[in-house]
This record gives sequence, C-alpha cells and structure tokens, in this order.
Amino acid sequence: MRSAVVVFPGSNCDRDVEKALLYMETGPVDMVWHDDAAFPHRPDLVVLPGGFAYGDYLRSGALAAKSRIMGAVRAHAEEGGLVLGICNGFQILAEAGLLPGALLPNASLRFICRPTYLRVENNDTPFTCSFADSEIVQFPIAHHEGLYYLPDDELDRLERNGRVVFRYADRESGDAGEAYSPNGSLRGIAGIINERGNVLGLMPHPERATVQGLIWGMDGKGVWRSLEEHFGAWEGK
Amino acid sequence: MDYKSAGISDKEYEKILELLGRAPNDLETSLIGVMWSEHCSYKSTRKLLESFPKSGRHVAQGQGENAGVVDCGSGWGLAFKVESHNHPSAVAPYQGAATGVGGIIRDILAMGARPAVSMDGLFFGLPGSGKSRALASGIVEGVAGYGNAVGVATIGGKTFYDPCFEGNPLLNAFNCGFVRLDRIVSSKTARAGHLAVLLGAKTGRDGIAGASFASRELDQDSRESRPQIQIGDPFEEKLLIECCLELHAKGLIASMQDMGAAGILSSSSEIAHKSGVGIEIFCEKIPLREAMTPQEIFLSESQERMLLIVEPEKFDSVKEMAAHYALECVVIGNIVEGDRYRVFLNGELIADLPHSILGDAPLADWPSAEPEDAPGRGALPQGLKSADLAGDLLRLIGCECGRNKSEIWEQYDCQVQLRTVKGPGGQVSAITVPESDSLVTLSMEAEPWKCRANPFLGAAETMAQSLRIQVVSGAEALGMTNCLNFPSPENPENFFELSECVRGLAMVCEQMECPVVSGNVSLYNETSKGGIYPVPLVVTVGLVPHFAYFVRCGCAEEGDLVYLVGANGGSLGASRWQTICSSPSMTPLGTTVAFDARQEKAFAARALATSRKAVVRGARVIAGGGVAVALAKEALASGVGMRVDFGSCDMLSALFGEGGPRALYFVHSESADKFLSLWDGYPVVLLGRAEGSSLRIGGMREIGLDELRTAHFAGGLL
Repeated sequence: MRSAVVVFPGSNCDRDVEKALLYMETGPVDMVWHDDAAFPHRPDLVVLPGGFAYGDYLRSGALAAKSRIMGAVRAHAEEGGLVLGICNGFQILAEAGLLPGALLPNASLRFICRPTYLRVENNDTPFTCSFADSEIVQFPIAHHEGLYYLPDDELDRLERNGRVVFRYADRESGDAGEAYSPNGSLRGIAGIINERGNVLGLMPHPERATVQGLIWGMDGKGVWRSLEEHFGAWEGK
Repeated sequence: MDYKSAGISDKEYEKILELLGRAPNDLETSLIGVMWSEHCSYKSTRKLLESFPKSGRHVAQGQGENAGVVDCGSGWGLAFKVESHNHPSAVAPYQGAATGVGGIIRDILAMGARPAVSMDGLFFGLPGSGKSRALASGIVEGVAGYGNAVGVATIGGKTFYDPCFEGNPLLNAFNCGFVRLDRIVSSKTARAGHLAVLLGAKTGRDGIAGASFASRELDQDSRESRPQIQIGDPFEEKLLIECCLELHAKGLIASMQDMGAAGILSSSSEIAHKSGVGIEIFCEKIPLREAMTPQEIFLSESQERMLLIVEPEKFDSVKEMAAHYALECVVIGNIVEGDRYRVFLNGELIADLPHSILGDAPLADWPSAEPEDAPGRGALPQGLKSADLAGDLLRLIGCECGRNKSEIWEQYDCQVQLRTVKGPGGQVSAITVPESDSLVTLSMEAEPWKCRANPFLGAAETMAQSLRIQVVSGAEALGMTNCLNFPSPENPENFFELSECVRGLAMVCEQMECPVVSGNVSLYNETSKGGIYPVPLVVTVGLVPHFAYFVRCGCAEEGDLVYLVGANGGSLGASRWQTICSSPSMTPLGTTVAFDARQEKAFAARALATSRKAVVRGARVIAGGGVAVALAKEALASGVGMRVDFGSCDMLSALFGEGGPRALYFVHSESADKFLSLWDGYPVVLLGRAEGSSLRIGGMREIGLDELRTAHFAGGLL
C-alpha cells in the first residue's frame, strides 16, 4: 500500500501518521506539501492529518479546504481512491464538501485531550474491515472543535446507510451514543464515511494508538491493518 | 533622555560614562538600559548563580547558551530550559502564558533541537478569591492554545495554590528537545563577513521594553502595561520551527538566536559578544508592521522571530526555504571585525557601542538581612493534634494543591509527536529517546511553603525531592534547570531568602552530582499587597537506560505488599497538613527535614538497583500530604484499596509528615525477599497490603475509594 500524507502549513500530526504507517510497515509513504498540484506517486491511501492547518484562523479546516493539493485529493476520491481525514483532516474534508456536516466547538468550549472508547458501527469499510462488529476500541482525542453536527433528517439518512463508522461508547456496557460524547457530538458520532465508502473522517486519532510503549494503547493498529487487508497485503503483522 | 527613565541608576550611569568615555545618546541610553535590566542582565543574581555546579559527565553544553544540553546516549542530546513569564501572565493571562510557551520553544529551537515536549509550573491564588480563577483559566488556556497548535505536547508540570499568588500568578514554562550531539548550534560561530538575517514575523509595537516591565513590581499602573504584552501566533512559530530545522539540517546557517526579551537588540548583541565579532544593523531594513522609531524597533518583543547568521553565498538558498514556508526573510545587518555594536538609519550611524557594554552589565549588590521573624517561621507550633485524621486526609487530597488537576491538563495535547510514555498527573513524566530503548524522565518540583518557613532547607528539599522522583522511577539524573521566582531583591530580607534558596539548591546539586545547565530568574514578583513566597522551581532530567526499568505509580494490585522505605514519619514543618489543617490556617510554620547527603545517596543507590532488578510492581515517592496522601493517591490510581498499620508511633507525623528520602513500594509477595535484600541497610517497614476497595489505616476511620474519589476529583479549579 502506497500512502500520501498531506502536509498543510500548521499540520502537526503529519509526522505521527508517517511514524505509525512506517511502524506498521504498510509500504512507502510520501509526504506531500499543500501547495503541490499533484501527488508524486499515485497513492492507494491519502491521509489528511491532524493539526491546525493555516492556524485554523478562519474556521477549522476552511482555508486548507481551498489549498492547491485539495484538487488532487478530490480527484483521487472521485476515482474511488481512499481518503482518511483524522481530526483536523476530518474538519478539512467537511469544509471541502467531501463529507457532510460540520465540526463545531466542543460543548465544554475547551480543548479536550484524553483517551475515548469507540464502538465500531460499520466494519464493512476498507478502514475498519479487521475490526469485529460492534467492537469497542480505545482511540485518543485532542481537539477543540469536534462536535459533529448535521440536521436531524440528514443524520437519520446517514445512519440508515450505515455511514456512521465510529461512535463514542461506554467501555463496560458497550452502549454508544450522545451520552458518551466527550465533546457533545450529536448521536455520539466520532467518525463517518461518504456514500461511496472511500472517504472516512474521524475526530479520534488512530495513529496515536499504534506504536508500542506509548500512552493510551494500540487499538489504532486496527485501522492500518484493515487498509492492508483491503489491499490484500496484510500478512498477519 | 533621562537615564533614569531607561531604568539606569546614578551609579550605573557613572559607570557608563567611564566605560564609554562620553555621554551616550538617547538611543544608546535606552539600549544599555534594557540590557542592564534585571531581566536581561541577571545583575542581582549572577554572583549567586556562580555557586551552581556546571559540569558533569553528561553535560554536552553547559550554561551560557540559549539552553543546556545533556547526553542521552546513542548520539542524541536533550536541550532543555525553564523560563518564567510571570509579569505578562498577571496582566494578560492568555497572551502572557501563550508567549511564555512560544518563547521557551524558540530557546530550544535555537540550539538546533526539535522542540519535543513542554511542562508548566503554575502558581495561583485560591480559586474562590479575587480574580484568581479568571487568571488561572486564562493562563491554562494560553498554555494550551499555543502548545497544542504549535504541535508540542505538554506532558506535566506543577500546580500550586496559595493566597500569596493572588494578583501575581506565576507561569514557568519548560521545554526540551532532541538534537544530535554533533549538530548543536552555538552562538559563538558568527564570523566577519556573515550576514545577520531576520526570519519570521514583522516587528511591531507589541512587547516594547517587556524586559524592563519584568524588572519591577506589579502595581496599579500595570494594566497600562498592556502594550508591553507580546501577542503570540503559534501558526507562525510552527512554520519557523520547520524552516529553521530544515535550514540547519541542510547546513545553511552558521548560527541562530531566538528573539526573546529585548528582541533584536539582545539577540544580535549576544551573538556578537559571544562570537567576539562586531555587528552592524541597518534599521531601515527591518520589516515593520507599523511606523516605529529606532528605539522602539530595538526594544520590541514581537514574537516568532529568529536571528540567523548566514554565509553570504548561502543566503539565496535560505531565502528560498523561507519562501517555501511563507516566512519573511531579510538581511538586516553584517557581521564585521572588531568589537562594536553599531546601528545605522539610512546610512547615518545612530548608535555605536562596544558590545561588551551591552553584554557585561555591572553587578547589583543588594544588602542581605535575615528576616526578623525567621525563628518564628521556622518553629513548629507546640501540641499539634488532629480531631479527625480521616477528615484531614480527605481535606488534603481535596484541597487545591492536592486535588486532581485533570481539568487543567486535559486541555493540553500531551501526545503529539508520539513520544509520551508517561503523561501528566503523576510525579514524573517520561518520553522516548529517538532510535533507542531508553527514556528521558522529567520532574518539576517547587515547595513554596517549605521555602517560606526556611529558605535554605526548603530549597534543598525541593531539589532533593526532584532527584528522589528520578531515582525511584529508575532514572539517573543528567542535569537540572531552574527558575528562581522571588519578590524584589532590593528588600534585604528578600535578598537573604533568595541567597539562602540558591545556597540550598547548589549544595544538593553539588553533593548529588547533578549539574545545573540552564536557568532563569524572575524577580519583583510582588503587588501592593505584598511579595510572593520564595519559589525556586527546579526541573531535573533523568535517563532510564531501558524502558523495562521504568518504575511507575498507580499499578498496585490486590495482595501486593506495601513497604515504606525511609524513616517512619518525616517533619510536619511547613507540610501540607500543617499549612492546611492546623491553626493558624494557610500559614506555613516549622522546618522540613534537613538534607542528609549520606542518606540520600543510600536511598538513590537502592532505588536504582530496585529498578534494574525489576522486582516491584510500582512505587511512589512520599510528597505533599505524607504517607497518607501517597497511599490514598496510589489507591485511587490503581483502583485497589490499602490496609496498613503504623504500629505504635506518633500517628500525625507517620501519616502526614513530609521530607527526607522516603518512598512507598508495592511488591508482589513472591518478590518480597529480593526486594528486602536490595534495601538491606536502609530503614524498611512493611506497612500492610493492597486489598479491598477502601483505605483502612490502623487508628483511623475506614474511607471507601468512592469517598476518596469524590474528594480528589472535586474539580472547580478553573
């Protein structure tokens, strides 16, 4: 699997995604500058990493959504290529219209950094196929704008189509929903996928739960494992 | 220009006339004034600081640069430093704290290191009183706002509450970063013919003469000091970090210097002075946000600027890299032969000073006198007793100092850059060393109450405590940095306390062979209501040679044996119990345990051996609130109760006494013999076991974990 990690000015999880991919030995990783018009090599996976692209000064992700590389990202998605937006990357995908909805300031109006439990709501995607159905996993969050918002009727449609992929949950009971949102996210939504099933955005950070020996576990490995499985390259690493 | 308005005393002005052989012009007067300010010159403390041990086998770069560097093995060094941003944070909490974080990050960057993780020392008034809560909230949001955006994790620190910080909160910002040992940037490598290049933000009127502002007391006029507050832009800083590191990696810069206090003036004169060359700066070339006079330009503390020293043939490549990162990059001067610091405006020479006059400020000699009430402060009241031991314990783990601080540190990204092995909320923080199995451990300590009651013993205990935390976690201390926060040195009693604290720190560093590689001094921390208690804050850096040797807190399991190593009962003097639970309330009285080098070394050797043999489940150094609080915190962190008995002894000191080399160890019963043989020759008591879901201490009412949890997680700090 060949990955391209987009580096916006102000991205700060770009190196972490690279580190996680290299740690998982998923294949070559290209770091691609926001001002480039195209990817240096045709990627299997494009990752929009976390951080504060362009300082998030206008509105999280708003300026990044207009940067030059986003043309190539959009084209890649339209051809069915896989795109993964993590945290700020999710905000950028929402601003770019590649995913529906908006990420609003956390209900507490504070930045929150802590581990969260998620229930895998759809394991029939290239990003989640190695997880068990309704598996509870621990991924950390670190954001100020993570409250997922979409009008009610559109949320219903999203749910009906199985496009809610991760939902904040209770570790013990396995219950999931708004009561477990650390940020007030509607219906406990932590990650969604587009209609075609090739563009995933999530606020929690799988790359922060990948490398051994660091705080907050390694459940994030499941995402990279799924992708490798999807491309038929996973050899039980 | 009146030299007094530049902060220069009559005596100092005479010295200037003598050194210069003429009267300085207005610009020169203000340049000298700022460089001779307390903040830039350390004139009140330089002599005291000479007593710190500077060298050691792990020191790769000692004092005198932007930060010190210690050798972490496998070719990597760790650059680290702690710095205060107290005055700005008192006046504009968000921006003051944010730019404090930004400033210390640039110090580490200037060493050629990638800033890796930060810690913060926070000292607030009690949340219910005055504007303390608003100040605390603003400062915490400032630390978070800047650190999170710039992509540098904040992984620990120290938070302390006392009424003496009301109106004068302290923010001490620590940062560290890794640099290859053969790639350390020096400020001594500028040569004649090089260019002085300004990279980063435009210069504006923010933070003008902030260094002078930080060199006097906060008063009613301080609100009018808002123009002296700098405004931070973490986005610009992130670009600056990436650009500077890439320039350095490609060998495009001869040296660099961050622009902190006294901005262009300080960075350019320091580099000239340390490199032994002259420098010429051309005012009109400096990119400005607004029309400014030369004096304003030189004293501006606009943020996110770096001074690069570049060989002329490499400048085009430097400019190209800066353009890639959308950063302004302009030649503002030349390095020349000689020893002059010269400023030109449109071809006219407007300041011409030997750089030594800027770099070598005369010492200030303040009288010192032991406070008259020192014996009273050092005396523990007679007949102390507790009406309700369990109630006192709940108070201690629920008081502002003892309470869980997650509402603060959950606002900090503690994970970005994927280095964090142990984050906030414990005694020690730990990160991985690149390309290695070893860990760097960080411990920040301060003991304002103990230093108030006895500055020498209090400072010694502060430093010793930080070292104990290192050895118990399995780390050998590599070096220390410190921030000395004190009120005005011009008051003889204050200067006495400052001298005593430095003496205490220096003694422990010397005896325990922990060199001091960097530091910062913040004086004049007082308001019309009075000065702060003495706060010598230390950060020690340690190295655990393999992650398997790292000993943690909060991993006790049902059935583990609980051992106390060290004397049973420390001192109640200026302890948390004495200050919070006894009368008169919030008045630290009595001295802490005196430093005993032999005991400390015996403790350190055994603690390190215990880590290497991997025979314990976990450990916790006895800290604020004594053994009782240590037991309670371990019970909460590990989710298992404790059943212990102290036998027949003075329960008050046994439970709540503090000070001296003491720790709790949690040991599986099968490893007990091995553990005891490792601690042979040192006092060890088996207190009891980890079991159940409550704290059962002989002679005290049983406390359920839920009750402990409710007290400890009371929140309400922000």
